[in-house]
Amino acid sequence: MQRKLTLGLASGLVAALLTMATSVSAQKSATDDIAKYREMIADGNPSELYEAAGEELWKKPAGPKNATLEQCNLGLGPGVVKGAAAQLPRYFKDTNKVQDLESRLMTCMQVLQGRDPHEMIDAPFQKGPKKDMEAIVAYVVTLSKGDKIKVSTAHPKEKEMYDLGKRAFFFQGGPMDFSCASCHAENNKRIRLQDLPNITEQKGAALGWGYWPAYRVSSGQFWTMQQRLNDCFRQQRFPFPIYGSDVTLALSMYMAKNANGGIVETPGLKR
Amino acid sequence: MKMTHLKQLLAVSGFIFAAGLVQTPALAQQKNDPKFNKMIQESFRADGIAGLNRIDQDATQKFCSDPQFANSKQGQAMREKIQKINMDSIKQPSDGKYIGDWKNGEKIAQSGRGATWSDTADTPIGGGCYNCHQIDSKEISYGNIGPSLTGYGKMRGYSPEVVSYTWNRINNSKAYNACSNMPRFAHFKLLNEQQMQDVMALLLDPESPVNK
Repeated sequence: MQRKLTLGLASGLVAALLTMATSVSAQKSATDDIAKYREMIADGNPSELYEAAGEELWKKPAGPKNATLEQCNLGLGPGVVKGAAAQLPRYFKDTNKVQDLESRLMTCMQVLQGRDPHEMIDAPFQKGPKKDMEAIVAYVVTLSKGDKIKVSTAHPKEKEMYDLGKRAFFFQGGPMDFSCASCHAENNKRIRLQDLPNITEQKGAALGWGYWPAYRVSSGQFWTMQQRLNDCFRQQRFPFPIYGSDVTLALSMYMAKNANGGIVETPGLKR
Repeated sequence: MKMTHLKQLLAVSGFIFAAGLVQTPALAQQKNDPKFNKMIQESFRADGIAGLNRIDQDATQKFCSDPQFANSKQGQAMREKIQKINMDSIKQPSDGKYIGDWKNGEKIAQSGRGATWSDTADTPIGGGCYNCHQIDSKEISYGNIGPSLTGYGKMRGYSPEVVSYTWNRINNSKAYNACSNMPRFAHFKLLNEQQMQDVMALLLDPESPVNK
């Protein structure tokens, strides 16, 4: 009797293990395939086309003042692009605000070129002035590739923004009760087959923050962090986050600061 | 002998020290922060069916937005209160039927669509079950935010207790775990009664591939 029971249990266990083994290997191979694919096209990341267009836009006179962006101060002094993205978001004295790359670029466009930021804020992603912005972002972030993420919370406004971002990260809302933390606060979690970085920890934050902006193979588009956050909120069933709004800056500050010490891999390559 | 003594002493003092760390500082629920509220109010705009009312939190959402307190010993009483509010909101099926059609249930489980600002009011809302759960073992693309539901009925049986627990979980998972990651499908009318009966069938019909 006892023997039978043990046997039954053992064979049940073997069956369960076998099922697990097949599904684990299927899981693993699907993830591996994505990694392989990424490797295959990494040498020719299509975001290079955006970078080239962005560099041109950076140096081309535009706006009512017919000026270029070449004197834009991204935090390391006027005209210094190299390494600037690795230290954003940060506090800027002239605007008395913490700014991420996109909101800072809007300031430069306004001050240097005389353009109305609402042109950029109100345009749909991938279209019109927003499309230009995306190209410029690609150009700027490429010049930080390989740098260490180094974001400061030394200024009280930076610290405040970080704290607001942390709170926003856990803020639940919408008809599905989601927050950023629903998907990004634990290790080794997946939605469908998509691995989810744990942004509350340095390793996961570096994986998230360090790889965006990125070229998305599935949509054939270059996505800035503003667009990445926008789509996260869409999937959370939230209302529409305003481009460059404080909640997007605060969340960026939270992610970037948590990612400190990680390597900037932007523009990344995403599924 | 002396050594053992010392070890014991060290262990005990270590325990006291650790306990002290856990207990202080006393936790309280996150204070209302006008700066934060202002930021949230000003950072979003309504778009299509995604209105600004979606960032007005109910008691459950407010409580769960502070996970440190929600998971703490101090949060226990509130946690139970939240669970009771959610449990009391659950309605049993009006036609007394718990089990629908597993084939429809599988379609609902597969679809993660609906309720975003790029959807319309008549876009069918999916259950999105595979986003977070393993269900039919033949489906490779499943998430792991929730527990595996493979073999759900076969493993638990089909007793009235299992049926009613499952119904309640699908309707409002927060009735059992105040801050469960699972959406409250009945509470926000994400799924209607028929759809929930169909998802029930996917899990509890012996003919469903989940139980084969």
